[in-house]
Amino acid sequence: MSDARALPHRFAAPGAVGFLGYLAAVIVIFWSLDSAGWSLDRLVAAPPRLADFLSRAWPPSTDNLGSLAWKMVETLQIAIAGAAIGILVSLPVALLAARGVLAGRLVNTAVRVILGFIRAVPDLVWALVFVVAVGLGPLAGVLAIALDTLGFCGRFFADDMENTDPGPAEALTATGARRIDVAAAAVIPGAMPAFVSTSLFGLEKAVRSSTILGLVGAGGIGIELKVAFDLFDYPTALSVILMIAVVVVGVEQLGALMRQRIMGVPG
Amino acid sequence: MPCPAAATSVQEIDLRVSGLAKGYGAGPVFADIGFTIRQGDCVALVGANGTGKSTLLRCCLGIVPPDAGEVSLLGQNLFALGPAARRSLRARTGLVAQKHNLVPRLSVLSNVIHGLLGRQSGPRYWVQALAPAAARTAAMEALDKVGLADLALRRADRLSGGQSQRVAIARALVGNPRFLVADEPCASLDPQAGEEVMALLISLVKRGGVTVLFTSHNVRHALNFGDRVLGLKGGRMAIDAAAADVSPAEMGHLYV
Repeated sequence: MSDARALPHRFAAPGAVGFLGYLAAVIVIFWSLDSAGWSLDRLVAAPPRLADFLSRAWPPSTDNLGSLAWKMVETLQIAIAGAAIGILVSLPVALLAARGVLAGRLVNTAVRVILGFIRAVPDLVWALVFVVAVGLGPLAGVLAIALDTLGFCGRFFADDMENTDPGPAEALTATGARRIDVAAAAVIPGAMPAFVSTSLFGLEKAVRSSTILGLVGAGGIGIELKVAFDLFDYPTALSVILMIAVVVVGVEQLGALMRQRIMGVPG
Repeated sequence: MPCPAAATSVQEIDLRVSGLAKGYGAGPVFADIGFTIRQGDCVALVGANGTGKSTLLRCCLGIVPPDAGEVSLLGQNLFALGPAARRSLRARTGLVAQKHNLVPRLSVLSNVIHGLLGRQSGPRYWVQALAPAAARTAAMEALDKVGLADLALRRADRLSGGQSQRVAIARALVGNPRFLVADEPCASLDPQAGEEVMALLISLVKRGGVTVLFTSHNVRHALNFGDRVLGLKGGRMAIDAAAADVSPAEMGHLYV
């Protein structure tokens, strides 16, 4: 076999910068693990404590299942209302954030920075802010979810529009169509399947968020969980946890099914 | 079936390109390009892959800004116009692209109505369900001309390649443009469908007196359907002659 036909190397050796990058990543990971306060005593003590919790929590309480179920319905209402508002507001905001669709670079960047800020603040913190602004209860939760959904869907709707086939938009631009007409007639219909998928992810995220908003008094089943733990009523706490798990998994399955039905692609 | 070469002295010049240059990073794609197209002309632009045919077409419509040079389209200096004036100029032009570029999830009829957006703006022209009767009628007439009136409510992504391109032609012609640009309209079609689509396009523009600038890799299409041939080679205009005066061998040199 001549040199020209020698087998190529299976792996390329990393360059100096690449090697330093890998080294830095390993150091950061170990440094982060170190700051978690690892202690053998605490790790050894954990399984018996967990077993103790489970033995006290099992079987889950069925005493006030009816009222818990209603609280779960309220939780879903918060999620649906918040996600719906968030998704609706996301569309015009995303039109301003998407590059080359409606607005210029300056507006695109400004809107994307604001959306980044909204996403950077956790949903629980937004709930705290709205509890201060509108008082305790589901309204604070709905507003927190709406804002959280706006941060998520606004960004991804914009990305969806930027990734749409530019051909139809170009064809309409060549006939003298305005930007708003090009966006409405070509870009948005082109991005619609992606919008549906993103919206369903937004709804799933909203359902997950809504189950803990009650911890800070923003409505929903989270308050029941907090009260149960505060009163050492572990059977009720376990009921709530199982209920949340069933609903969240159910909504995710439903979302996957709808994506498959609507877009013809799995998941 | 060549376009009418009605060479009268009163013919207006629809497109005048001078000193046009464009490059993408590594160097110029083409430079110092100049030519004119008279009203009613049907001009074929040919050249090998990467010679900048598509870019040149897009420069002529102002979709891609050139690095240097001027484009005078329908008597107006394209790159000196403000956005509104450029839009109203483009309302008199149309583009048929290689990939058809229909909006896939909308109906055929909605796609054709979109061709009116240069003249009429607003939600009533976004989908056929909201469109005024006059727009729907005009779109149906355009669809009828390309023989697809019976598929008006079919989704655009359920069409064959040839049907899609015929819908794209209907969309480009529904607004009665004076100047049409077609970028390899047959490149994604099989030879039979390509032949039919090309013949249909040329017969329609001929009937409407539309000026056409089209690109093609098919030498026979360029010589049969064009009444003039522009040949790009090495970033320069190597051929600018009446189709009757260009031999297939000369055209072949563009590709070596």
